[in-house]
Amino acid sequence: MEKPGARIADCSCPNTSGWRPGARWAKHEVGRREEPAPPAFRAPQSSLRAERVGYQVLVTAQKVGNRMLVAAACERAQALGLAPGMAVTQARALFPGLDIQDADPEGDSALLTRLALFAARRWTPRAAVAGTDGLWLDLSGVAHLFGGEERMCRRIVAFCARMGLAARIAVADTFGAAHALARHRREPVTLCPPAGQAEALAPLPLALLRLDEAQLATASRLGIDRIGALVAMPRAPLQRRFGNALLTRLDQALGRAAEPFDPVAPEDPPSVLLRFQEPIGSAEAIAEAMETAMRELVADLEKKGLAARAMRLTCTRVDNQDEEVAIGTARATRDGAHLLRLLLPKIETIDPGFGIERMRLTAERVEPSGAQPIDGALTGEKPAPDLVPLIDRLAARLGPSRLYRMSAIESDVPERSVSRAAPLASPAAWPSWPRPLRLLSPPEPVHGVLAVLPDQPPRRFTWRGRSYRVTRADGPERIHGEWWRRRAEAEAVRDYFRVEDEDGRRFWLFRKGDGVDSRTGDLSWWLQGMMG
Amino acid sequence: MPAPSARAERLESLRAEVRRIEGIGAGSAAPVVPLGVAEVDGRLAGGGLAARALHEVAARSPDFADDASATLFLAGLAGRKSRADEGGQILWALARRDLFAPGLAGAGLGPERLLYAECRSDEEVLAVMEEGLRHGSLSAVIGEVGRCAMASARRLQLAAEEGGTLALMLRRWKKAGRDPLAEPSPAVTRWRIGGAPSMPLPVEGIGRPCLAAELARQRGGEPCSWILEAPDAEARLALFSHARNRPHQAEERRAA
Repeated sequence: MEKPGARIADCSCPNTSGWRPGARWAKHEVGRREEPAPPAFRAPQSSLRAERVGYQVLVTAQKVGNRMLVAAACERAQALGLAPGMAVTQARALFPGLDIQDADPEGDSALLTRLALFAARRWTPRAAVAGTDGLWLDLSGVAHLFGGEERMCRRIVAFCARMGLAARIAVADTFGAAHALARHRREPVTLCPPAGQAEALAPLPLALLRLDEAQLATASRLGIDRIGALVAMPRAPLQRRFGNALLTRLDQALGRAAEPFDPVAPEDPPSVLLRFQEPIGSAEAIAEAMETAMRELVADLEKKGLAARAMRLTCTRVDNQDEEVAIGTARATRDGAHLLRLLLPKIETIDPGFGIERMRLTAERVEPSGAQPIDGALTGEKPAPDLVPLIDRLAARLGPSRLYRMSAIESDVPERSVSRAAPLASPAAWPSWPRPLRLLSPPEPVHGVLAVLPDQPPRRFTWRGRSYRVTRADGPERIHGEWWRRRAEAEAVRDYFRVEDEDGRRFWLFRKGDGVDSRTGDLSWWLQGMMG
Repeated sequence: MPAPSARAERLESLRAEVRRIEGIGAGSAAPVVPLGVAEVDGRLAGGGLAARALHEVAARSPDFADDASATLFLAGLAGRKSRADEGGQILWALARRDLFAPGLAGAGLGPERLLYAECRSDEEVLAVMEEGLRHGSLSAVIGEVGRCAMASARRLQLAAEEGGTLALMLRRWKKAGRDPLAEPSPAVTRWRIGGAPSMPLPVEGIGRPCLAAELARQRGGEPCSWILEAPDAEARLALFSHARNRPHQAEERRAA
């Protein structure tokens, strides 16, 4: 039985408003439970609003068996008579201008889980996901913190509205009653008076009692369509005809039977807090404290089967100022010695002031880490050397953005053809065209060019005040502007030449324009690199 | 008095001891990276570049073109070492950001072999090089350095021996008229590289680029100079040997 005074709110988020199931951002969040939720909820708003403007009448479609059925319909669609469960072809026949999107049940359930985690941090410690479209919130002992049940519910509804969700909340003593009322009533907040669920449920249709299809079909054959009618019937024949499940559901809704509740548990990132009896200030003391904290944190991570990608050390000084240092690793690790080696050089950036009172070491980003196979242990191959410790140390010394690989991106314009990639990424290669080793960025103008139009290489040019006489040349290699980037590039052409002077200097020059059409460029010459 | 054979044996063991103490990789047991050109390898002590040692490369002049030639040669050496190690990784400590990766890929240093570390000062380049050398899992470490004190260079040499990694240093010209190779250095070989006219083709165009490579100094060997064909995409070097195909330079100038 529910405890007296225990109140359950069922916050239902039907797919009926501007919320488009399958919105991309919802899908991205699958499985990121360890993240603190509140700031993350701010981001999606703009995209939701943008989506809301764009469509007229929206339904989502899902394949059930061989048929495409409407999974959810927006308010306007429902006003037009389109309902979930209808065949998509029929819906389209009824309303040809329909916007039909694919349903994304995983994305929906990921969003719902995040909302439940947020609720568990923000509103009540006991929150759970209910089915595919609702949340349970246990309001026992928390409602007064938010100004009573009604005000709390209104705040939650307002929060959901800001997120772009149309929510309805019902508060009742039991899960079953809250579930039924939240789905039946049209108003956003329904409060069922304590112990009043029998009266509140009586006029409601039987389908809201969380019964299965077969039971509902039998009930409708028997003419039972309201919950009140079911309550009024004798129990023994009901049990014989429907089995125990129906009576259990009924008892759970009326508060005669208990119902299990599985609240989601928000996880905080693993951390270790050290408090010092006396404030510490010397580098040696800080180093020792770091070692202690790291040892405890690594033991904790090991117990949980996790490994850290990023750590943050927060030192709180006696004047209540926080000094923070952060380290990151290229691959998740819980090698305490290695992590400590990254952390210790940061001591000099910590200003202890009048002393540090407490120190918290947090593994901000963690990944599960199990046993790793040893490369080549059985095949006898030479294992590839492990670069990760070196990468971490260099990244800690230089800053993570200063250690990188170069990777190809699909562009023929030389200065755009390279992009930086992470040190452990596998970069893409370039097509094997002759390219300079040193690139001048931006290209430098060359003057006094003697060249025959339209496609002869220069015979002579002047760069940085010195004149060069070309003895050999190759080209042109024509590279067109990327019209999809800028309008000005739509017609632009660069003709590249490799030229060599009499002393063996090899230059990479280009001329703007193809030498025929003046719209392609102004025929100015530029030096972009040295071929070596 | 010991017999002459015993004496020779003793002398030989002492020589080996000295080589071991010197630890410069000039000994016969030390691993080397052959350049793959018989004429060059023959003149290098040990039959190639000592694999666990510091080598210096500088441009022939402060000219930007010679700088690119020196870079090309350096990329070729690193590419050879990486191939000898079957896909070894190279760390390039940059001081300037003008290196162009597609060009390096054309000289045998593909993007999958090369890791860039962007440094703010010469000191940082040296520190990064040392860290990379000591770690030992890299195939070679390249650093672009303007000024390098003797002590720092010696540290790098020791780090290279300790980590078993090839250390290549590109000495850049800080000022015209001040040859970076004029400073003393513990490097095992010191190269001065410049551009050379490319291989002549029977048609219009530029043939395979060539480098004027001068081995300015080497430990346990003589200085020497060659005209080399620049490394290709597989980091293969070659000697410019087709002298008969090459037009006489004086004649060429007269004709032009």
